[in-house]
Amino acid sequence: MNASTMSVLTEGHAAQRQVPWRRMAWVTWRQHRVALAGAATLLGGLAVYTLIAGFQMHHAYAVAAVCHPASSPTCGNLFLSVNQMNPVLAGGYVLLAVPALIGAFAGAPVLAREMETGTFRYAWTQGFGRWRWALAKLTTVAVVLAAAAEALSALFSWYYQPYFAARSPALAFTEMSPMNPGLFGPRGLTFAAWTLAAVTMGGLAGMLIRRIVPAIAATLAVYAGLAVATGMFLRQHYLAPLVTSRLNVPYTAWITTQWLAKDGTRSPAHGNQAIRLFQQLCPSSALGEPGSTGKMPLSPVQCFIQHGYTQWTAYQPATRFWPFQWIEVGWLLALSLLLIGSTVWLVQRRAS
Amino acid sequence: MNVVEATGLGKRYGRTWALHDCSLAIPAGHVTALVGPNGAGKTTLLNLAVGLTMPSTGVVTVLGGRPAGSSAALNGIAFVAQDMPLYKNLSVADMLHLTRNLNLRFDQAYGETRFAELGIPLKRKAGRLSGGQQAQLALTLALARRPRLLVLDEPVAMLDPVARHDFMATVLSAATEDGISVLLSSHVLTELERVADYLVLLSDGQVQVAGAVDDLLASHRMLTGPAAEAEKCSQRVVVHVRSAGAQARLLIRGTAHDSVPQGWESHPVGLEELALTYLREPAAAALPGPARSGQARELDRHKTEVTQ
Repeated sequence: MNASTMSVLTEGHAAQRQVPWRRMAWVTWRQHRVALAGAATLLGGLAVYTLIAGFQMHHAYAVAAVCHPASSPTCGNLFLSVNQMNPVLAGGYVLLAVPALIGAFAGAPVLAREMETGTFRYAWTQGFGRWRWALAKLTTVAVVLAAAAEALSALFSWYYQPYFAARSPALAFTEMSPMNPGLFGPRGLTFAAWTLAAVTMGGLAGMLIRRIVPAIAATLAVYAGLAVATGMFLRQHYLAPLVTSRLNVPYTAWITTQWLAKDGTRSPAHGNQAIRLFQQLCPSSALGEPGSTGKMPLSPVQCFIQHGYTQWTAYQPATRFWPFQWIEVGWLLALSLLLIGSTVWLVQRRAS
Repeated sequence: MNVVEATGLGKRYGRTWALHDCSLAIPAGHVTALVGPNGAGKTTLLNLAVGLTMPSTGVVTVLGGRPAGSSAALNGIAFVAQDMPLYKNLSVADMLHLTRNLNLRFDQAYGETRFAELGIPLKRKAGRLSGGQQAQLALTLALARRPRLLVLDEPVAMLDPVARHDFMATVLSAATEDGISVLLSSHVLTELERVADYLVLLSDGQVQVAGAVDDLLASHRMLTGPAAEAEKCSQRVVVHVRSAGAQARLLIRGTAHDSVPQGWESHPVGLEELALTYLREPAAAALPGPARSGQARELDRHKTEVTQ
């Protein structure tokens, strides 16, 4: 072995070394700081609003909680003022749009901009390597944004904490389930998980569509579709619902379905059919006239029970909040990993 | 060592082959010009060499056998793509810092010195530089990586003559002073005579001519003589350029010492003329021994005619 082959070998060995991952930190920050700042502004604005409202609410709650006697008109007014503060940010519904906005405006351009402007030809031919570049960038952006979203989510949970912790029924959520979309999505860990999924969705959309504006639109559309489908069809099936024929189902339960049965067979009547059945069985009550036995008109349920029907209720109890959170976080995390994996695979495979 | 080595390399986009059965070996230490008409497959070949594109068939390695696109390859190659893609909203200093972070080797001092020499302010956004300055920025970033092979795709196509001259001067000094091998594609032939000492001529997705410029020039002659007697020289003719008049011009394989038929004159041929003549006749080929295919060898002997 002579000197020249030696030098080739040592250089060959040096060439096996890879640029350290941590170098991508500055690169990602410098290239995406505007998007990150935009997301921070959105989250920060909502946080400040929640914080101010939260201090007012917590203060009003503290005053109302020690009010005695509870039946006095003064206390009643204090209770009322606390309950009026309940629907901050439209009861949480406003927050459901936040992950979509972050995914679309901060996530989608990460790769779409490189493809649209052609700068991927620069980025992918640097020593760092293209799949590592894509993985580092996308993961960093997604995790940072998810963490920021989780901070807002924690603040939102803090806002509602008195309602859930309240001992007095006058101050607690007596008519709201924690499974309510506005209270389920933005609290716990699902908010961060949805943000993570939205950003990775944006990443893949950008890589597939390769144009910023269409990628943003696609991210918004796909996210909205998935979020609505989850809330309307999927979430209620995470665990088998409890079924009861009792009528005093707790208000905090999330009632998924109700149906009537007679002699062990399920009645097809629901909705308008149930109303017609009610009119048929108890015509006078349906018209609001006093029933045959009492002075008050019968409610539809009372009428059905009087005629031998049973009302069945399938519901998810409020105690399943955390199991449901973990199930949703679990599949969203798996989805995010799948999306990142597909994106990195596409980056590595794609011809220019 | 070969800086680029391709065996049976092909790239298909849909039904069209941008590059087909391309075998090629470019030795180190040259400024290689990759020449060919638009659509000949120049960009495809370069993208394959730097690992931006995956081949449909065959293999391409760089810097003595490193698979194209591998981190070992990327560490030794710097590539400046067509139209000089830069992050327009980043400053020159940011681009320096960015490139430094993305590479194992980076000569920050070289970059800063070059920008000072070129009068490019470090704080200016890349998008606000002139076309010539943007080209110099992209080139300086590539050279500051201290590559062993510099690949440039149509680097001067968009530049005015002064910027073009300055750009090529930087490339040449990198090649001569630092011993960097250079592979550049161009359809501007005039610049090449000055810079290139190795020529690869690509036509219709295949390598038509490949070799050191000196060898190619020494082994080709241009014969001029009466068109009616063109048959006399048929044995060695590569391309027959038929002019309108009674004079014929024949590009032949041969040296200055070869005998010339009576009534004919033999002239040395320049690089531009050689390239241009070959480009007019895609069927003609001049390839070094081991690399050429059977088909090419046959075409080599084939006498072909073109009307000028």
